[in-house]
Amino acid sequence: MSSVLYDVPGPKARRVSLIGSIIGVIVIGGLLVLAVVTLAQQGIFDPKRWAVFQLPEVWALIAAGIGATLAAAAVSAVIAFPLGLLLCLMRISDNAWIRVPTRIVLEFLRGMPVVLMMLFVLLVFATSSFIAVVAGLVLYNSAIFAEIIRAGVQSLPKGQREAGLAIGLTSFQCRLTIELPQAIRRMLPSLVAQLVVLLKDTSLGYIVAYGELLRAVQVMADFLGPQYLFPVFFVAAAIYIAIDLAVSRLAIWLERRGSKRAAGGVAHVPVAGIPAAK
Amino acid sequence: MDVIIENLPQYWDGFLRTLFLSLISGIIALVFGTILAAARVSPVAALRGFSMTYVEIVRNTPLTIAFFFAAVVLPRLGVTFQQFEVAAIIALSAYTSAFIAEAVRSGVNSVPVGQAEAARSIGMQFTQVLSLIILPQALRTVIPPLINILIALVKNSSVAGAFYVLELFGQGKQLANANGDAVMWVLVGIAFFYLLITIPLGYLASVVERKVAIAR
Amino acid sequence: MMAFLTRRKSLLVAASAALALSLSACGGSSSTTTNPPVAEKPSFPADSTMAKLASAGKITIGTKFDQPLFGQKGLDGKPVGFDVEIGKLMAAKLGIPADKIEWVETVSANREQFLKQGKVDMIVATYTINDKRKAEVDFAGPYYEAGQALMVNKDNNSITKPEDVKGKNVCSVTGSTPASTIVEKYGAVLVPAATYSACLEPLRNHQVEAVTTDNVILAGFVSKEPDAFKLASDQTFTKEPYGIGLKKDDTAFRTWVNDQLEASDKDGSYKKAWEDTAGTVIKTTPALPTIDRY
Repeated sequence: MSSVLYDVPGPKARRVSLIGSIIGVIVIGGLLVLAVVTLAQQGIFDPKRWAVFQLPEVWALIAAGIGATLAAAAVSAVIAFPLGLLLCLMRISDNAWIRVPTRIVLEFLRGMPVVLMMLFVLLVFATSSFIAVVAGLVLYNSAIFAEIIRAGVQSLPKGQREAGLAIGLTSFQCRLTIELPQAIRRMLPSLVAQLVVLLKDTSLGYIVAYGELLRAVQVMADFLGPQYLFPVFFVAAAIYIAIDLAVSRLAIWLERRGSKRAAGGVAHVPVAGIPAAK
Repeated sequence: MDVIIENLPQYWDGFLRTLFLSLISGIIALVFGTILAAARVSPVAALRGFSMTYVEIVRNTPLTIAFFFAAVVLPRLGVTFQQFEVAAIIALSAYTSAFIAEAVRSGVNSVPVGQAEAARSIGMQFTQVLSLIILPQALRTVIPPLINILIALVKNSSVAGAFYVLELFGQGKQLANANGDAVMWVLVGIAFFYLLITIPLGYLASVVERKVAIAR
Repeated sequence: MMAFLTRRKSLLVAASAALALSLSACGGSSSTTTNPPVAEKPSFPADSTMAKLASAGKITIGTKFDQPLFGQKGLDGKPVGFDVEIGKLMAAKLGIPADKIEWVETVSANREQFLKQGKVDMIVATYTINDKRKAEVDFAGPYYEAGQALMVNKDNNSITKPEDVKGKNVCSVTGSTPASTIVEKYGAVLVPAATYSACLEPLRNHQVEAVTTDNVILAGFVSKEPDAFKLASDQTFTKEPYGIGLKKDDTAFRTWVNDQLEASDKDGSYKKAWEDTAGTVIKTTPALPTIDRY
């Protein structure tokens, strides 16, 4: 698509593009160098500060932080997905007594910040911060999963449901055996994207004092002294970005594998509430 | 229940601050995000590379890290500010603009190729093609996802409460700490104020989506 | 070795002592000098909380994990500080050795809830006694009387008393008593932070003019960086009596804890607890305040 927007560059355009690229690189490079120099002036790159990474306890604490992050994400995902399916079934139920209250609950859960839900569970039910984080993530993401799958069901050709009803299946059997499997396969990219968002949201546990990676390094910096704050922070940020990138790549690879197999391909339907916007 | 009424000034103060943060960050993010999307499809290779790298990294950074960077690291780098709202706005805009860039880019991709080809065939330059033909059409497909990103922005502003800003969530923590006996009502009040913003926006998003679907 | 070790020596000694204790298998008598002697088979009235805890052989104590000198988590994951030592003293009197204590992090907002729901048996976490809290939980003690103070940058001589912060940015922890006091009584502009240590960077960068909380917490920060910060003055402008939080209406337990506090003052273990922890920075050992048996 991008090459459609402009002509194939001729010699003059190529020169302009090259000049533009060089200027761009110089400007951005210059900013980066400025940042590094300012940091160096404050002694961030002093080897004594980074010596703290030679201590095995430091790496043990970092590993514990990573473990806590992944554990919260895994447990939340495993609970949120079936719950999302259930909520979806209730949301598209033929019975208005089920459908309307479910819709209200889902709107409520989607409209609140995840941190607020975590804080609510933490303070009102006096749970550990792990349970608060998991509960907050589960409540929010099951609502999102429910909406994603609902969008998938609605994007199916009407004929599927009609055929199912015509051969005598009940509405519920229809949903379970015909519509849901197809919907899930169609929305797999969105579902996996939401899982990546879930992983990122575990970092919000920082705000409710859950020992995920950022909090683990901050507690460590508190103990060791504030001059170690920057080294441990940069390491934590790098690890977080690396983990997220890895999971994103995994998601893309899975999507490519899946789309070759799924009947009718996977839909890239832009659906309300799902631009992975957290 | 009384605890909400007693502390209404604090709730209101936090609510206004949340609105302020969301509005300013939203506008900056929209502008910067659209620029990023334009850079992504531009003929200049460096701009393409920068845009791609920026979006990839920011989309995979947790928001707390972004806030930590803006509120704690930036002052060390010499970017000082008297109000921590500035740090919050920097973090929120930088974060949200990556998602807006992606949404606008997918909108640009959804415009039929023939439009761009026709524009070029009558001799338009890249900037003209983008601004006169592509972006106006892309915006129509892109508005529902954009509204959803803005809803997420409002919810994300709650993280500012942990980073020196007394917006709605920060007020919630403050009041919860001070009123240990009525924590549930305090937080219900906070939830109410958030829903006051997000539910109407969500409704707006679904209305716009329906109109766009029909128009297509 | 590494330069930072010499500066952190005192705290690292305490931390490594705790580490050594956690590694030692023997649970009976303490193997290091920092742990109080455990009572051998103490007897308590049947059905009392003391009897239940003693027969269970373990106790859950809530403390802070991020307050220097009072309750701070070390690299080995166990908290150290004056509050921790007081907790160990109480456990020892119940016949429970220090390594059988389960330490739970209690933050300011959830202390009452944790006690009400029985998630912890007692809380020793810079817990200020006030009437509002007395409606929800019981307090033994006070075991220490702190006071609110101000910490400023070393080169700042314009703030020496609380009235000087009027209209200026002051950092404190969201929802803490010092935060409300500095705003309501002295008209400062509050910049809220998640933890006290999170206030240090804004102070360092001159985005706030002062940090306010209890003087002992501030003294801990000043001791880590004496070239950067100082206390605005040696006077405190409020009284913050720290108490041991207990479940409401457990009068027998509260009386027993009060008795143990007074006994520890007489037999010198209170003094030792202070000297091993906060005393490394604040040289004057405080006297046990008058116990409030209400």
